[in-house]
Amino acid sequence: MQKLLLEKDNVEGIRFYETYRREGGYKSVEKAFKMSPADIVEEVKKSGLRGRGGAGFPTGMKWSFIAKPEGVPRHLVCNADESEPGTFKDRYLMEFIPHLLIEGLIVSSFALGSNVTYIYIRGEYAWIVDILEQAIAEAKNNGWLGKNILGSGFDCEIYVHRGAGAYICGEETALIESLEGKRGNPRIKPPFPAIKGVWDRPTVVNNVETLAAVVPIINMGGDEYAKIGVGKSTGTKLMSACGNINKPGVYEIDMTISVEEFIFSDEYCGGIPNGKRLKACIPGGSSVPILPANLLLKTSKGETRMMNYESLADGGFATGSMMGSGGFIVFDEDQCVVRHTYTLARFYRHESCGQCSPCREGTGWMEKILKNIEYGKGKMSDIDLLWDIQSKIEGNTICPLGDAAAWPVAAAIRHFRDEFEWHVLNPDESQIRNYGLAHYAEPLTPKGELV
Amino acid sequence: MAEQQLFKVTIDNITIEVPAGTTILNAARMIGGDVVPPAMCYYSKLQNSGGKCRTCLVEVSKGSDKDPRPMPKLVASCRTTVMDGMEVKNITSQKAIEARKGVVEMLLINHPLDCPICDQAGECDLQDLSYGHGEDGSRFDFDKRIFDKHTLGPYIQLHMTRCILCYRCVFVADQLTQTRQHGILDRGERSEIATYIEKNLDNDFIGNVIDVCPVGALTDRTFRFKNRVWFTKPVDAHRDCPKCCGEVRLWMRGDEVFRVTARRDEWGEIRDSSNGKTGWICNECRFEKKNTSDWVIEGTTKVNRHSVIAQNKYVGLKRPPEFIEEVMDGVKQRYMLDIHNVSEVNEPEIRLDLIEGPAHSEDFEIADEKREEKENK
Ligand SMILES: Cc1cc2nc3c(=O)[nH]c(=O)nc-3n(C[C@H](O)[C@H](O)[C@H](O)COP(=O)(O)O)c2cc1C
Ligand code: SF4
Repeated sequence: MQKLLLEKDNVEGIRFYETYRREGGYKSVEKAFKMSPADIVEEVKKSGLRGRGGAGFPTGMKWSFIAKPEGVPRHLVCNADESEPGTFKDRYLMEFIPHLLIEGLIVSSFALGSNVTYIYIRGEYAWIVDILEQAIAEAKNNGWLGKNILGSGFDCEIYVHRGAGAYICGEETALIESLEGKRGNPRIKPPFPAIKGVWDRPTVVNNVETLAAVVPIINMGGDEYAKIGVGKSTGTKLMSACGNINKPGVYEIDMTISVEEFIFSDEYCGGIPNGKRLKACIPGGSSVPILPANLLLKTSKGETRMMNYESLADGGFATGSMMGSGGFIVFDEDQCVVRHTYTLARFYRHESCGQCSPCREGTGWMEKILKNIEYGKGKMSDIDLLWDIQSKIEGNTICPLGDAAAWPVAAAIRHFRDEFEWHVLNPDESQIRNYGLAHYAEPLTPKGELV
Repeated sequence: MAEQQLFKVTIDNITIEVPAGTTILNAARMIGGDVVPPAMCYYSKLQNSGGKCRTCLVEVSKGSDKDPRPMPKLVASCRTTVMDGMEVKNITSQKAIEARKGVVEMLLINHPLDCPICDQAGECDLQDLSYGHGEDGSRFDFDKRIFDKHTLGPYIQLHMTRCILCYRCVFVADQLTQTRQHGILDRGERSEIATYIEKNLDNDFIGNVIDVCPVGALTDRTFRFKNRVWFTKPVDAHRDCPKCCGEVRLWMRGDEVFRVTARRDEWGEIRDSSNGKTGWICNECRFEKKNTSDWVIEGTTKVNRHSVIAQNKYVGLKRPPEFIEEVMDGVKQRYMLDIHNVSEVNEPEIRLDLIEGPAHSEDFEIADEKREEKENK
């Protein structure tokens, strides 16, 4: 399988400049500076690269939207806030190959005309800040940053800005507010950051992985990059796999493999430990809908579900999910969906910024109801109430955190309603044992019997 | 300069031409009447306000003449500008009505509903909103969120439990005063208006936070428990004030001035003054001038805002079918809700039911003294 980002992650000392450069690092900068910024944007467009931060918006298109008023500086901001439960791919990239991100940032800054570029990093990644700052210093000492880079006349500085532990600061406009030193409340859009971002200047916010992927795109050319993968899911994607699997970790996949292969093959997750069976999975980080095993491996049309944007979203929210940010969370038959949903509701209640009423109040309400159900105090009507509350939040809020809080609850009720009902009907039993597999995973075979 | 461009917008099948850049909400206000969406956080005189409470959500069924696609989600009408040919559905949209019901319910789940002892009652936007757009009853059966009450200096009382986090008072401090000493602390449902370390809010114009507060979260300490707003009579008056426009509304009973506020328009917002200044008033006018001799009285205010203070607003309200005693198994009404506990507004030791006739501010002062005595011991 072809690797583009994590190809060299095992090379001893790749974290440091000397090794990274010897292994062919910073070649894309040399190449890019011989091109015009517009050409670079064109290459990225051709590559079909989609944002890896969650929404999957085409990056080249985003870059071409940036306003270019005369005399106003523009900024590129790298979103390294990565706080979605289940997602830890950016961390891996920054911790082990920091120069890949720096290299991508230099090329992208050049393409966008950003002389001051920021990395907004999650506060808890304290040690990675040091790693990044060291990498930036090394790059600067070797002439890849600073004034007049490679004699091109282009100046660029990169600053690392630490967040203070808020998930909401990963939302791009909240991130911008936080970067400006304000309370991290998402802004009301429009205007979009491409018109008015950091300090009201045109700004592009991109995920770490997105910006790192610019390096192979420039090196191999957009057209070549687009040949990897299928359809509109081009290139490679980092997946951070966790939960009940034998080999949790960060994997680079090209998007042609099936979900089944990803979970059960030894190259990736290595199957489910202790011979347990697959119950459910959240394929793209905590915000995306959970899928029961039968809908996860096959779409509702009976086709094999593949690990790419389109296939994971096949069937809409009724029978599909989303690629999201690539946080792949696997549940075995022993896991309790109600408990899991409650945990997520608690997370979103805690992370809502509190600006808009449906999200501020609704997330707290859902958490309270789910807690009751989980601890055997629920009522049958609570399930419908939950459904109603989530429908009142979804789509009615300023930023997508409201949706992200509503979707997991909706999906859990949609696919696992029987489990909720069982909790309500068996309050005592539900405290000592889990509901288990029920019918939705029946057609599956345990790993041992898999050919 | 080129002539200002006019856009045609249709709201609930009523078409109007408005200048480009007008928001849907303001266009609706130009039409007036029932098509105006309610707004709890938007305040036209405060920059950047709005977009948060989500009560003004409307459906855009046609984006514009150029791009007739409907907008996929409901939009906040206070922050969405009209496009030429736009078609908006407010009261004709079931989706918008449903969403608004949801928002009202959300706003109320943690609100103490202590209207009987709240100074804002009678001129409260949230009361109006719930009567006008809410459902009867609540499906929330958990303990409500409670905050400590804070005294922000001699003039301003903060009841965070009643707050709906509209951020208006934050914008007032940002835009009318030199320094902002309060803000939002914490996040999500624990967000609160606070001064971090308890601090007096003192600034010549900070009293305006009371006027912009849509609920009873920020109230006037000089008026606290003195009277109900509907017993006082609004009178327009002015004085020569070096600091502000000096045009105010006195709330009087007999010859006594109970309260001074800025003048408001039909949307509950501060009205611009006749002398060209903004309508905001200074603390001196608001808190220190409580004698009729301080003022030149212009005459009674024409109440143009349809709130509880306007008569017959709620004609035809249904009375609950049973009597409370019957439904509550003979429990008498006063045991139903211990308001004192819920709102922490006044001392539990005051038994309102033992006071003869209506309660007066002295009754509470006595309680205050008693408490201080206790503390001193
Ligand atoms: C609540 C919330 C949290 C988010 N957190 C992150 C995050 O941690 N990292 C990230 O890259 N994008 C995050 N996003 C997505 C960003 O808003 C934005 O779409 C992304 O940074 C764009 O980059 P891309 O085009 O490269 O994907 C979040 C969005 C929301 C609504
Ligand atoms: S949806 Fe939630 S997190 Fe987003 S702006 Fe509204 S309250 Fe804040």
